[in-house]
Amino acid sequence: MNAQVANVPVADSGAGPAPVRIVVGYGFWIFLLSDIILFSALFATYAVLQGQTNGGPSGRELFELRHAGIETLALLLSSYTCGLAVLAMERRRMPAFYLCCALTFILGATFLSLELNEFAALIARGAGPSRSAFLSAFFSLVGLHGVHVTVGLLWLIFLVAQTAYRGPRDYVCRRLLCFSLFWHALDIIWVALLTVVYLMGAR
Amino acid sequence: MGNHKRPPLRLATGKWPWTPLLASLIAVGFAPAGHAQGVLDPHGPIAAAEREILLNATAIMLVVVIPVIVLTLIFAWWYRASNARATYTPDWAHSGRIEFVVWSIPALVILLLASVAWMSSHDLDPARPLASSLKPLRIEVVSLDWKWLFIYPEAGVATLNQLTVPEGVPVEFVLTSTNVMNAFWVPQLGSQIYTMPGMTTRLNLLADRKGDYAGFSSNFSGDGFSDMRFVVHAVTPAAFSSWLALARSQGGSLDAGAYSQLARTGSDVSLKSYRSVEPGLFERIERESIGAVAPPMEH
Amino acid sequence: MLGKLTWQAIPFNEPPAIAASGMIVLIILGLLALITVKGWWPYLWNEWLTSVDHKRIGVMYVVLALVLLLRGFSDAIMMRTQLALAAGGAPGYLPPDHYDQIFSAHGTIMIFFMAMPFVIGLMNFVVPLQLGVRDVAFPVLNSVSFWLTAAGALLVNVSLMVGEFARTGWLAYPPLSELAFSPGVGVDYYLWSLQISGLGTLLAGINMVTTILKVRAPGMSYMRMPVFCWTALCANMLIVAAFPILTATFGMLLLDRYAGMHFFTNTGGGNFMLYVNLIWMWGHPEVYILVLPAFGIFSEVIATFSGKQLFGYRSMVLATLAICVLSFMVWLHHFFTMGAGADVNAIFGIASMIIAIPTGVKLFNWLFTMFRGRIRFEVPVLWTIGFMVTFAMGGMTGVLLAVPPADFVLHNSLFLVAHFHNVIIGAVVFGVMAGYYYWFPKAFGFTLHRGLGVLSFWCWFIGFYLAFFPLYAVGLLGATRRMQHYADLSWQPYMIAAEVGAIVILCGILATIAQLVVSIRTRESRRDLTGDPWNGRTLEWATASPPPVYNFAVVPKVESLDAFWAAKQQGTVEPAQAYPAIEVPRNSPLGFLTAFCAVISGFALIWHIWWLALLGLTAAAIVLVVFGWRPRIAVEVSSEQLAADERARRQSMVPA
Repeated sequence: MNAQVANVPVADSGAGPAPVRIVVGYGFWIFLLSDIILFSALFATYAVLQGQTNGGPSGRELFELRHAGIETLALLLSSYTCGLAVLAMERRRMPAFYLCCALTFILGATFLSLELNEFAALIARGAGPSRSAFLSAFFSLVGLHGVHVTVGLLWLIFLVAQTAYRGPRDYVCRRLLCFSLFWHALDIIWVALLTVVYLMGAR
Repeated sequence: MGNHKRPPLRLATGKWPWTPLLASLIAVGFAPAGHAQGVLDPHGPIAAAEREILLNATAIMLVVVIPVIVLTLIFAWWYRASNARATYTPDWAHSGRIEFVVWSIPALVILLLASVAWMSSHDLDPARPLASSLKPLRIEVVSLDWKWLFIYPEAGVATLNQLTVPEGVPVEFVLTSTNVMNAFWVPQLGSQIYTMPGMTTRLNLLADRKGDYAGFSSNFSGDGFSDMRFVVHAVTPAAFSSWLALARSQGGSLDAGAYSQLARTGSDVSLKSYRSVEPGLFERIERESIGAVAPPMEH
Repeated sequence: MLGKLTWQAIPFNEPPAIAASGMIVLIILGLLALITVKGWWPYLWNEWLTSVDHKRIGVMYVVLALVLLLRGFSDAIMMRTQLALAAGGAPGYLPPDHYDQIFSAHGTIMIFFMAMPFVIGLMNFVVPLQLGVRDVAFPVLNSVSFWLTAAGALLVNVSLMVGEFARTGWLAYPPLSELAFSPGVGVDYYLWSLQISGLGTLLAGINMVTTILKVRAPGMSYMRMPVFCWTALCANMLIVAAFPILTATFGMLLLDRYAGMHFFTNTGGGNFMLYVNLIWMWGHPEVYILVLPAFGIFSEVIATFSGKQLFGYRSMVLATLAICVLSFMVWLHHFFTMGAGADVNAIFGIASMIIAIPTGVKLFNWLFTMFRGRIRFEVPVLWTIGFMVTFAMGGMTGVLLAVPPADFVLHNSLFLVAHFHNVIIGAVVFGVMAGYYYWFPKAFGFTLHRGLGVLSFWCWFIGFYLAFFPLYAVGLLGATRRMQHYADLSWQPYMIAAEVGAIVILCGILATIAQLVVSIRTRESRRDLTGDPWNGRTLEWATASPPPVYNFAVVPKVESLDAFWAAKQQGTVEPAQAYPAIEVPRNSPLGFLTAFCAVISGFALIWHIWWLALLGLTAAAIVLVVFGWRPRIAVEVSSEQLAADERARRQSMVPA
């Protein structure tokens, strides 16, 4: 058995360090897993504190399922358009790419503005996050998701600008792939949120 | 959860020859303190059972730990590079039989200790009432910043930083805290338990002979934490009755005003006693602590 | 304009604090002046501060750890002195509000800014070399991680000079840490420093997991990876899984303190027991994050210096994975006395004991590695044997504490304090000291002075027993932790013995400092010319000391475990026929700038200087965008350069 320490140079194919695209995607996945654990801690907190309304309003009084439904539609559609954008980039159909990015942004922004509206309305009627432990947990869990969406939208603007300026280079495509993973993950988290917070809370 | 009264757990020390040896080694180690105190000098059945667990579990583990330490030193010395007589097998790195033994020994020890843990956790659960023919004495405990209040609800008296109990009588403690977490602990009588605002914890102890036992808070609660000491006086039942009569006849009244005064001051190591207590004070404290306001900081 | 910040924040009326702060400020200014006068800034900036080379970053982590060791240890010796004096009615010399800050700072600094950076630094330096690759998966991210950790460390130390530190203990339980009971800035310093450095640690964890799983030399299957890489993998998986919980929990406490929310407050329905659970769900994996790499270091050291393959490799891997998984299932043993009931307590107690099984297996495997080996008593071996003896005892007291009724009489006593110092010093500190000596020649090209290393070991070993075994005793006598004074005079002899022990450990630390100074002065006489000063077994010893920035001119092809040892046994190392040009990532100031913004933002948030906080965060965002915009430029290392480097190395080496 011979381990050739400094012999014939070996190309990085087959076994050996994985190609950059895979390494970046993998690393980003691990980051997403850690993000999901972050959300899990807040889900657990929500589960523990959801009954602590401190004499204030509970989920049943506050949550409008219709509103949540529209938010869900917007976010899920934006995931679809995001997927289309990735496909367009792969096929180098740049007009389609820009269109789909724009749609993703609009739908995401719609989701965000609906959510901000909901928060403002709640705060206006005295059901802000400092009213009770339940509301603290609600605002932080849903709010954290909203912060992620906001960061995602800013990231999307940056990505589109960079693509327009530099063209569909390797690293730009890698970043788009990461963005789409991020965006889809936010979808998954939203579905969990919808179920645990809105659907189960409004009963 | 089981409310059945079983006699306190007692492990037979005679079975383990190591335990007396260990106990005497420990006694040597405690020479500077004069004599064993605290956890190793139990004055109650709970503390006694817990000490037995400590000594027995340690003895069981030493059966493995001492040979491991000895072997480590022996191997290190015998297989030193300068020892030409030692065998050298540089490529020997696996043996199924050794692996089997190496996984089994810790597993067996842990199996034994796990059964000790399961049984003793249930027998010595703080909330479990003690087996006794005598009616338990109920004492309500409140940890404040930074002093201890003890209320005797049936007698309607209260004391600060000291506790008088009759020997041989089980004591049922019901505990809460005014604002931050503390812990009630009398090492010579046994288990400690957290005191927490807005909820009650339960602890059952018994002092089996006369004596004065030191008590502490064992959960850090701020600048005056080190002053949160109290004394438990275990006295004969007759002495207890006369103390109770005395307590009813002197001292102030612990009404709402007196209590809020007490809650506001900081560290307080005085040994006050109250002849009467506002009924339901403990429950009121527990409710109010979840709307508590901090006492002024000591500077 | 300046939020809560006023001149009163500087402790002018507290002589010890102002003296300590003044000394630190003078040392830092002196250092900066020296660097300026000697013209070292370009070198420092180009070669270290903006470096994305895992080796340089690893060294910087270890330097940070050693500096913070001094700060954390100063806190320790102040505590020991206070307790040696404050017996009976004596008040000692440290009033409670100072003492409380000191023990809180001691724990926080030692865990987050000494042990973690030391362990992460060693993993950073060694793992890519052992895997036979050129760098970690994300070199720039690596730099960012280090600098965020350094930013957190800086903020904690700023609290000494401006304001105060937390007075809550190192985990800041509510309700005590809530605004109602800790209205000052101390807890905010604690929270923001740890959020910043926690982010750095999480990013480092992601980096390392990706590296170990996806960036290895060809032929290095999982079962051919060195054991240190396995322990690094498990520790970093724990980081990825546990640190988000810390971030979330501290985030919630911050929201309570800043936005009036009610996660853990007494009012409004908050539940502080939730905090205790969450923080220990992070806290228990954290101690395994620290100890697993230490176990890995001992495995490498004992195999190398016994001249023998590590016994039971497969078993070691299995045991490490078992510990990794089990560490998430035991958190409640940190608060058996909360009254969860017998069933819950018993289950968590038994789960905690089960972890002792794979740990015991590891101890036996090290024992059988020594068996029929040929042991050279180099300094790392002393640390290893010291560890095996000490950890056996510390682990035993741990299993003891895992029996709930035993814990009922020992929880939060000095027995507990002795136990966790037993395992942390015995395993983690001894491990990083062994690793420091073992890999120092690889990092710097010369060995450390042996005599002073031996002295340091014995001072630490003897000092540890002197300092902590009396604490076992006095804990059994009924002494609780975090007390600033005590009534029972019979405890004082134990406290004095502990103080003596601390002084002996101080001698050990001084010996380590002296060792560094002497070794640097005499470095020419102890040059490592072969790159393999210990007759090592793993791939890091196949490079020059120190390795070139690209580690391996040609990525090695691995065909067995202990790849370098196998190569030495089988044949000579032959020069390659050709060296294709390679690319190394260019340095980047992103890490340093991110940390700069983090310190500004953190300080501003602590003092409620909102405009400055906004400025800092915006600056950080701009820095990120600017760096993301520019394409990553790599620097090419030409074939000629590689060939020349290799030739130079061979000329200086003794033929293998």
